Amino acid sequence: MTDTATSSVEKAIADRRAAGSGALVGYLPVGFPDLGTSIDAAVALVENGVDVLELGLPYSDPVMDGPVIQAATQQAISNGFRLRHGFEAVREVRARVDAPVLLMTYWNPVLQYGVDRFADDLAEAGGAGLITPDLIPDEADLWLAASDRAGLDRVFLAAPSSSDDRLRHAVEISRGFVYAVSTMGITGARSDVDKAARLLVDRLRGVGAESVCVGIGISTAEQVTEILGYADGAIVGSALVNALAQGGVSAAAELAARLAEGTRAASRRPDAGPSAL
Amino acid sequence: MTSDTRTSLQEQGPYFGAYGGRYVPESLIAALDELTEAWEAAKADPAFHAELDALHRDYTGRPSIITEVPRFAEHAGGARIILKREDLNHTGSHKINNVLGQALLTKRIGKKRVIAETGAGQHGVATATAAALFGLDCVVYMGEVDTERQALNVARMRLLGAEVVPVTAGSRTLKDAINEAMRDWVTNVDTTNYVFGTVAGPHPFPAMVRDLQRIIGDEAREQVLALTGALPTAVAACVGGGSNAMGIFTAFIDDPDVALYGFEAAGDGAETPRNAATITKGRPGVLHGARSYMLQDEDGQTLESHSISAGLDYPGVGPEHAWLADLGRAQYRPITDTEAMTALRLLARTEGIIPAIESAHALAGALELGRELGPDSVILVNLSGRGDKDMSTAGAWFDLIDADADQV
Repeated sequence: MTDTATSSVEKAIADRRAAGSGALVGYLPVGFPDLGTSIDAAVALVENGVDVLELGLPYSDPVMDGPVIQAATQQAISNGFRLRHGFEAVREVRARVDAPVLLMTYWNPVLQYGVDRFADDLAEAGGAGLITPDLIPDEADLWLAASDRAGLDRVFLAAPSSSDDRLRHAVEISRGFVYAVSTMGITGARSDVDKAARLLVDRLRGVGAESVCVGIGISTAEQVTEILGYADGAIVGSALVNALAQGGVSAAAELAARLAEGTRAASRRPDAGPSAL
Repeated sequence: MTSDTRTSLQEQGPYFGAYGGRYVPESLIAALDELTEAWEAAKADPAFHAELDALHRDYTGRPSIITEVPRFAEHAGGARIILKREDLNHTGSHKINNVLGQALLTKRIGKKRVIAETGAGQHGVATATAAALFGLDCVVYMGEVDTERQALNVARMRLLGAEVVPVTAGSRTLKDAINEAMRDWVTNVDTTNYVFGTVAGPHPFPAMVRDLQRIIGDEAREQVLALTGALPTAVAACVGGGSNAMGIFTAFIDDPDVALYGFEAAGDGAETPRNAATITKGRPGVLHGARSYMLQDEDGQTLESHSISAGLDYPGVGPEHAWLADLGRAQYRPITDTEAMTALRLLARTEGIIPAIESAHALAGALELGRELGPDSVILVNLSGRGDKDMSTAGAWFDLIDADADQV
């Protein structure tokens, strides 16, 4: 992993790990159900124990997302979501709570905004970096250069089907953490988070990963506890979006608090993390 | 084999100039790599070509014929117009050429389930057909809007044993059917091969689908030479994603005297927002796994396309077309719904051939080209599909169905 000293995300994760647990990463889309409420909900997540925020930029063709996030982001677009709202959300959340904020975005919006301009505006808004679900390392030259220049984190995905060489490359160029896709599939709650997740995290450790968060399918505190037994962070998305859709900010906050209990219950095995820690 | 001749302008991907690539979730890379390797191995394997050639001959009915259409051509300034009759293929369009190749490939990599997206339903029907022939499970994703305007093809796919899933997300057309097929593939990639229908999408699809469709142009080139003693002045094809166009262009791409024309669907008009003229009106971006031209707003959100033709109603286009457009090797022009439907009726009335509405865009383009290029020109048109599936649309457009007739 490159240049870890500059990453606030990696530091937030390492701090939770040093305290004998792991980090909770919470996802919400900007502009759902409206811009103001999405910002309030993101702030509430942090106030209720989320360590790192992942704010999604709604996109017309989200191939990695299941029905819950598709419906939410489609509503945000129908309500007039614009890319600039993403930077506004980052700025306001950062002004109200102290947690690092990553944007999650498909690649075309960044390309159309201008990769360098996007990096500059994100850094200027106080954002930590980007998670890029449809940008593989092979296609990422522009983003590698822009993120280096602007000092931003870049989170690439690792999948159970990825070769060892691809995992090594993803680990080498990721900054903040590597996003381990728990199972072959799209976003959405699952009753069992695949055993494939544990194997994938082991493989990522084997090629040198020091900061690995697991996402896709996680919706309960018990799953968070289980995952933090071997990973550095657990990412929850669809479950939080669903709570926000059904019960508003208070419901999302309550779920965040329950998930955060899962991080405190996590009792890390001594062999779970890098030996240096 | 003629299909192995490589020409200087031919790229094998992943890139076509600045276009192409693989902009997909990491979860799909292993499957794309597997497909790329299987395709490279198959291309080099005479047994694969022998099996595919036999299917083309004994199942599809290839080679498809060419037909000169002088009565139609009287409306094109006297130019000679020659149709490549992909409409006569089994299943009614060029789509079967690609699907048989990819179904054979599915067998080679040992998968038992295929998925496909479809717009007009022609690729879905072809995939369902190949799945029946090879004993594969088949799921076809189709936008809900398209299941309504192409109901006959939905019934055909179901009769062939495929499951048709209407997609209700987004614009409920081809673009959203591709999203849903990609989601299925991400989830079921261990057991499933994605039989992609056009020269778009992530590598290896643009190059692989082109290679499987180039038989159209390879045959037509020899047939036109035999008929006229010379290469055609121009080659015309409709372009949605662009597979029939790449299929016929490829054989002529290194013949600098043969002009190549792609005709895009302009819907209500390229100057209106209701069009699908991606190269004419779009700009470069990333959609469905590749960098190419696309219809999008300032923020990079994909715009909804509009065309009377479900098969051309797509806001993207294959990356090789984007490259050929930038190079100036091929020209891309818009054809409105009205122009296409007028050409459709003209071919029916002058030659007794009812084309698909998609292919009617190329016919309308040929009428335009003939008037420009003059009576000495020879225009080869890819008649990519037949119009049976479009009878309810044409019936409504031309008011051909009695109001009190039973709706079939």
